[in-house]
Amino acid sequence: MSQGILLFVEQRDGVLNRTTLEALVASQQLAAGMSESLSAAVLGSGVSAVASEIAAKKLDKVYIAEDSKLAEYTPDGYTAALRQVIEKLDPRYVIFSHTYQVRDFAPRLTAALGKTFVGDCIGYKLEGGALLLTRQIFQGKINTDVGVSTEPPIFISFQTGSYRADQAAAGESTAQIENFTLDMSGVELRAKPEEKFQEAKQAVDLTQAERIVSVGRGIKSEENLGLVKDLAEALGAELAASRPICDNEWLPMDRQIGSSGQTVAPKLYLAVGISGAIQHVVGMKNAQTIVAINKDAEAPIFDIADYGIVGDLFEIVPALIAEAKKSQG
Amino acid sequence: MNIVVCLKQVPKKDSILRIGADQKWIDERDLSYEMSEADAYALEEALRQKEKHGGEVIVISSGPERVRQSIKEALAKGADRAIHLTDPLFNSGDPAVIARALAGALKNEKFDLIFTGLQSDDYGFAQVGLILAEMLGLPSATIVMEVQPEDSGVRVKRELESGWFQWVKLPMPALLTIQSGINQLRYATLKGIMAAKKKEIKEVKAADIGFTESDAISAQSIQRAYFPEKTKRTEIIEGKPAEAAAKLMEKLRFDARVF
Ligand SMILES: Cc1cc2nc3c(=O)[nH]c(=O)nc-3n(C[C@H](O)[C@H](O)[C@H](O)COP(=O)(O)OP(=O)(O)OC[C@H]3O[C@@H](n4cnc5c(N)ncnc54)[C@H](O)[C@@H]3O)c2cc1C
Ligand SMILES: Nc1ncnc2c1ncn2[C@@H]1O[C@H](COP(=O)(O)O)[C@@H](O)[C@H]1O
Repeated sequence: MSQGILLFVEQRDGVLNRTTLEALVASQQLAAGMSESLSAAVLGSGVSAVASEIAAKKLDKVYIAEDSKLAEYTPDGYTAALRQVIEKLDPRYVIFSHTYQVRDFAPRLTAALGKTFVGDCIGYKLEGGALLLTRQIFQGKINTDVGVSTEPPIFISFQTGSYRADQAAAGESTAQIENFTLDMSGVELRAKPEEKFQEAKQAVDLTQAERIVSVGRGIKSEENLGLVKDLAEALGAELAASRPICDNEWLPMDRQIGSSGQTVAPKLYLAVGISGAIQHVVGMKNAQTIVAINKDAEAPIFDIADYGIVGDLFEIVPALIAEAKKSQG
Repeated sequence: MNIVVCLKQVPKKDSILRIGADQKWIDERDLSYEMSEADAYALEEALRQKEKHGGEVIVISSGPERVRQSIKEALAKGADRAIHLTDPLFNSGDPAVIARALAGALKNEKFDLIFTGLQSDDYGFAQVGLILAEMLGLPSATIVMEVQPEDSGVRVKRELESGWFQWVKLPMPALLTIQSGINQLRYATLKGIMAAKKKEIKEVKAADIGFTESDAISAQSIQRAYFPEKTKRTEIIEGKPAEAAAKLMEKLRFDARVF
């Protein structure tokens, strides 16, 4: 019978991905709440240091599954390897952090096993022994509690930032580390990855800015950008943007804030017409003071804002510019 | 090169959403719809590839009658023909059920590439494409920002976290999930809209593809939908624009001290 919880440990070039520790916190809580054992699996080649790092945490066992075919991440390699681990260990739950890597193979893996994957969860509830997973729909505007009705294992990933890595409990003693023998001989790696790279150096370094005015799709068109540029100038702030603004080439990529842009922590972050999708929020949530101007009182950005004005930015921004200029003069 | 594009129709981005009476989904009355954002980019990329390398762009979408409008938009932009999965049995909150329906309808199609969006704007599973790839036995790459067909396959640029990228080479046929911003979207022209009227939209029902009741069983389903509880207490500043602006500036200056 399926039992226990298995945590997938993500590493790159032998370095632990910090978000794994967040998923570990969720796993530790689940294990305690359901009286299940907790083990972890590290895939790769030459990953014993990562395994030792995880083994210092509070869990029962760490498996190392190594093979030269896992030296570099590929969806085929990881799907095949983790599948072997899961089929052997037969856990009730398999837990991931919702990273780009996990997004790239976990749905394949679960489909290959004929199981279900509840991805990008922000928490869970145990109601009368039944597990409900909380995940957001409509880009964070609505929460849902999702129930699962298949035989285990059940696959779950947790969104970055849902649990705090520094709350990962340390173990009383080091967990046992066991080598898992893979048979990767028949596995064909169809995708051939090349070297990872970063685009040319950024022209603006927003991480140094004390104040940032950031603009989102609420601005409607490129012609209207002058409005937020004026606001930025009046406040002595740098101009930044959400992804759609850069996708449209209204502003250059290096002004994008978020998971695929820059991460900033200025004294002031003023979000104008930005909804507050998680991929944006991860890039600015550590700002000291967050202000949001949005016409939708339910916009997720108001969940992290210190101050908010609900209304039409085309009325509010000119008033703000006037006010800022007044007090300067 | 023949490319299939999976299109999903979702409520317009600016929609004010309400929770439905059953508290398991939104209230769908009085909403307007559009193509899910990443899918619009996937379609655009397919059209550009076709313009460079020839071949056919086939769009496929599962959903009720209203979805036809998005299908027609795709045809007007330049897609060659469409497949519309109309059976209510396909409607599901389980990504595997949707993928199974798409896989059934695509089994007899000839294609070199399938494009999906990296994730939909409503459910946001980020799964339907990859499950479809697994069901059809295709290699895959996700979060794609550039597509270069080569003699022996396709070379794609994947976006990784925090500003990193990676080129990956795949044999074809393959499935790619496309990221928003891969290109610049076009508008449909009047000529395109006229031409679209003659293009084929094939309707597919469950029986046509041997899709049974048991194929439609959801392994995961929403039990409750609700607005998130605000965890941080945001100070909402009220008043007319000028008044609110003055109050905000004062708070920023004297309470938050950001200047
Ligand atoms: C893998 C991945 C990576 C991503 N990376 C990033 C990233 O790095 N950065 C990023 O920003 N996004 C990123 N995204 C996209 C992200 O999910 C959102 O789609 C995006 O942040 C939305 O931008 P937005 O808030 O400007 O637009 P929308 O979500 O369209 O929001 C526009 C807002 O403007 C408001 N509004 C409209 N008109 C007015 C008005 N007149 N006055 C006041 N308010 C108004 C609306 O109420 C709405 O809240 C990523 C997505 C994925 C899947
Ligand atoms: N009902 C549908 N019809 C056609 N394509 C779909 C449908 N649902 C999802 N897709 C495709 O799968 C992608 C990912 O969706 P999701 O897994 O819901 O995030 C979408 O961007 C579409 O390309």
